[in-house]
Amino acid sequence: MTETTLDAPRRSAASSAVPATTDAADRARQRRRRRRTRRWAVGVPLWILAIAFLAPFAWMLSTSFKNELDAYAVPMEWIPSPAELSNYTTVLFGEDSILPAFANSVFVALLRVAGELVTATMAGYAFARFTFKGRDKVFLLYLATAIIPAQLLLVPRFIYFQQLGLYDTLWALILPGMFTVLGTFLMRQFFVAQPSEFAEAARMDGASEWRIFTRIYVPLASPVMAALGILAFVWSWNDYETPLVLISSPEMYTLPLSLTSFTNEQGALSPGLAMAASVVTIVPVLVVFLLLQRRFVQALTHTGIK
Amino acid sequence: MTLTPPLAPPAAPTPAPTTATRTGRGNPSLPKPWIGWAFLAPNLLGVLAFTLIPLLSVVGLSFTSWNLVSGLEGIEFVGLQNFLDLAVDPGFWNAALRTVVYAGISVPLTVLGGLGLALLLNGDVPGRAVLRVIFFLPYIVTVVAIGMVWLMILNPSAGLVNQTLAAFGLQDVPGWFASSHWALPALILIAIWSGVGYASMIYLSALSDAPTQLYEAAEVDGAGAWTRFRTITWPSLMPTTVFLLVTLFIGASQGFGLIALITAGGPGDATTVVSYYMYQNGFQFYRFGYAAAIGMATFVGVLALTVLTWRAQRGRTLHD
Repeated sequence: MTETTLDAPRRSAASSAVPATTDAADRARQRRRRRRTRRWAVGVPLWILAIAFLAPFAWMLSTSFKNELDAYAVPMEWIPSPAELSNYTTVLFGEDSILPAFANSVFVALLRVAGELVTATMAGYAFARFTFKGRDKVFLLYLATAIIPAQLLLVPRFIYFQQLGLYDTLWALILPGMFTVLGTFLMRQFFVAQPSEFAEAARMDGASEWRIFTRIYVPLASPVMAALGILAFVWSWNDYETPLVLISSPEMYTLPLSLTSFTNEQGALSPGLAMAASVVTIVPVLVVFLLLQRRFVQALTHTGIK
Repeated sequence: MTLTPPLAPPAAPTPAPTTATRTGRGNPSLPKPWIGWAFLAPNLLGVLAFTLIPLLSVVGLSFTSWNLVSGLEGIEFVGLQNFLDLAVDPGFWNAALRTVVYAGISVPLTVLGGLGLALLLNGDVPGRAVLRVIFFLPYIVTVVAIGMVWLMILNPSAGLVNQTLAAFGLQDVPGWFASSHWALPALILIAIWSGVGYASMIYLSALSDAPTQLYEAAEVDGAGAWTRFRTITWPSLMPTTVFLLVTLFIGASQGFGLIALITAGGPGDATTVVSYYMYQNGFQFYRFGYAAAIGMATFVGVLALTVLTWRAQRGRTLHD
């Protein structure tokens, strides 16, 4: 990735000016100093803003190690002493453990990602590398579907899955996520940009279309598929509205639904437990994101524009 | 949209294609058309089953009156009745107005904030890579965790935010989600906090293909920073801005997760926006026909807004 900074032209102008006289050298030094000052003049406020931005997450982490009474203590203690681990043991191994929900979330996410990768890669390949009657009409149909918000589909999907007997099963969450228009666009974008010489040569050698696809184009596409997979994983992991509508029994809860169940005797949300459960939910996505950040961002920026 | 003939053959004998393509008529390097359909089929069938058919049924459903209890036989065609009811339903119009306020404030501020952040993060800043991650973080966290943590730090008496405000000497601290005046602003605040990092990420990727030669030419002409921004950066970012405005508007008008979680539309109906109104009618009152009509009406509204946004920016982008 090449970074073109806004002040790049100015910098190149400065370095190309030959410091013939000491006067010019002075000016260049002055300019460098000014740039350094500006670097910090922008950097310091930006970092203050970033710390304020992080405060909710810091509060979450801090509270997850506090007991019920200390959660709202004034003044707030950022580093709890002693750190209370009981929230985590309750959340993980207690009566209402979130581990079953964790397992459900993993199951749903894995099947969705696998299904989406297979169907989107094949469909994207079909749109990009084959010409057949009706292709452009179907593509137009896909384009039109892309702007339909998922929430609009919740009512009919609810009825639909109820009729199919899939309401309140994990399949109601998995199936729609396996066949996506957005993933197909992303893969098509990639395949369109690939040269067709490989395929032509392989066809001359008598390779079947399936073989050409799996042996030549899928390996080429693996970085883009990885990007799509990460994006699909994060969306599946975090989805709250779909299970809210399509799931009712606690055994079928995915993590976002189960997070809301940690209430105290008064029926109010228990801060320590809720925050510990939140941390457990966030960590897997955070790890995936930090490890594969560049790919994730790449996919995200390619889903809409470009 | 009938797909029957091309979709049937995939089960045909597989060894055939190789010989067929070699000895077949016309260009030997062109694969048979059914192969394209075969590659498309798994995705297309799924999209038909889980997106297109539900989509057509939401349109159909909006012309019916139906509640869950009466079963499928209980569906009754009522024509435009739902839409007529909607037109005189003050609950709907109030919700629509709240949606306009919520989206109208949060979306432009998110886009502007994202642009500002992107311009700063595109320059030379200490710890730039870490800063990018920090601002983007809310995007990868589930709305439930975000909702719960904000509910707690916005607690009117003991929450972190009001404690901080009180420490700065503010006497009359906002009641946030406990107050019908402050609940919607609180939601707007959360929406901006969780959206700016995403917006700046999209802007940063657009900035990385900025037209460098134009900046150099502007430099030679002695154009200042503001002139360069106004005449080069802003027009070249216009497609990105439109993309963000449109997707964020759709998101803001359709998402109800945060509201269902934190306020349940309250206090009173202070945070009942249209998406939540639809959710309530559908999944709490089981008035599916009416809920479908609400969904349709908002979507058409957003679509109209999208077209207007797109037309407004036409001719303001950079042509090269």
